[in-house]
Amino acid sequence: MKIKWTSYPYILWMVIFIVVPLALILLFSLTTGEEQGIANLKFTLDNFKRFLDPKYIDILWISVSLALKSTAITLLLGYPIAMIISREIPRKRNVMILLLVIPMWMNFLLRTYAWLTLLGKNGFINYIVTKLGFQPLNLIYNDNAVLLGMVYNFLPFMILPIYSVLTKIDKGLIEAAEDLGANKIEVFLKVIFPLSIPGIITGITMVFMPAMSTFVISRLLGGGQYLLIGNLIEQQFLWVGDWHFGSAISIIMMVFILLTMAITAKFDTDKEGGGSLW
Amino acid sequence: MVSKGLKRLYTFLIFLFLYSPIIVLIVFSFNNSRSRGVWSGFTLKWYVELFKDEEVLKALYNTLLIAVLSSVISTIIGTFAAIGIYGMPGIRKKVILNINYLPVLNPDIVTAVSLMTLFRFLNIEFGFITMLLSHITFCIPYVILSILPKLRQMNKHLAEAAMDLGATPLYALRKVVIPEIMPGIVTGALMAFTLSVDDFVISFFNKGAGVTNLSITIFSMAKRGINPIINALSTLMFVGLLILLLIINSRSSKSISERGDII
Repeated sequence: MKIKWTSYPYILWMVIFIVVPLALILLFSLTTGEEQGIANLKFTLDNFKRFLDPKYIDILWISVSLALKSTAITLLLGYPIAMIISREIPRKRNVMILLLVIPMWMNFLLRTYAWLTLLGKNGFINYIVTKLGFQPLNLIYNDNAVLLGMVYNFLPFMILPIYSVLTKIDKGLIEAAEDLGANKIEVFLKVIFPLSIPGIITGITMVFMPAMSTFVISRLLGGGQYLLIGNLIEQQFLWVGDWHFGSAISIIMMVFILLTMAITAKFDTDKEGGGSLW
Repeated sequence: MVSKGLKRLYTFLIFLFLYSPIIVLIVFSFNNSRSRGVWSGFTLKWYVELFKDEEVLKALYNTLLIAVLSSVISTIIGTFAAIGIYGMPGIRKKVILNINYLPVLNPDIVTAVSLMTLFRFLNIEFGFITMLLSHITFCIPYVILSILPKLRQMNKHLAEAAMDLGATPLYALRKVVIPEIMPGIVTGALMAFTLSVDDFVISFFNKGAGVTNLSITIFSMAKRGINPIINALSTLMFVGLLILLLIINSRSSKSISERGDII
């Protein structure tokens, strides 16, 4: 049955609430002047030039490096566990995946807040540390706390796509490699790992993107002074009210995310090969 | 073998890492002291205080109202949109599906900021309406994405058969197509509901004076540090969402149980 008109209301909705807003962000990033009247806007690249200030470049650098670090750590922690789970018998495997998914069902705000209870000055870890007779540690409001929060929040995003690719690998390929004399390490390097690359790529994008754009984790675990690019966007839109500069930062952030996706996609030789959660 | 023990230990450590914060959070929601590291007896007083807190109750009311409204509206728009998109020719379908993907793929903060810009540009006062509109906007794509596979699974000739037997297209839609894709519609609606309850970033940018939801309230409380009321609230929200998602999960795993995966 071909009924097309039923989608017209949504197409209208899509144009108003998806296409126009993104176009407005692009427009504002390239102009100055009062937001309300399009006629008064003047074309300029100043918003982007302003970002070249070392102060902002530093923030971008910290955001990118924290996002890259958390991506690398989740990959290193997540790959082995994805492999362990994928080799279990199906029933046990399903239980383990369910256990992995349940923490994700908790609001990420609460998951981040949960670390406050653990890491805080009077938190649980310091309680144990002082009970053992040591000085309380400074665990919160620094780079490592933010990194920990990112790894904790995004680890399942790395494990799940890798796991789903690993379970789909044809067991015959592994057996064939073993029959032909490959040892375990060779089988991993030459068969399993190359076949799991699509999953790794999905994992990387699914971790890097939210890590790059977060402003909640940095705010709660990094303290009020801590600025990532997400916090900068929040600040410009909600507190400073400089929509033009805020839009420019949003565009810059999107470009960085798209660049990473493009770079990682280059390694993805097998585009059709599943592993995508999207 | 040594490696087997090592694997067990590693698995245990990863799950310990994932669960310890949640367990500590839940345990301390029953703790009789404000100083958080120390256990000083079981209490339910934070839960009692939670239900006396007017700010929290108002936020809860807003959260549920917006979740119900946005899931109903986005399910209606999304269902019709999915049926229409399914019947479209190749290129137009591709373009629309790609635009539909934008809110799914874009970082939340970009969606949030772009909607905020739109509302500001149109001079709409920030408040309940802006929050509702933005929730509907980010829910519809998920509804469509959960209905489209059902449309593809459906026997193409069913609707045609109905029309050959004299049904008008609308009658066939109502009596044949909608019942066929019902599981997808319900899953989409539940998903929209959970996404709406769960959302923080998009609500945070599109809230108005005096209108907040639970996650915004939690954020502003958490900025001031640890608060046992948040622990109690988180525990309730976690249990609530857990139940809701178990329902969605059992629904979707029924339909894909032959593949053996759970998500």
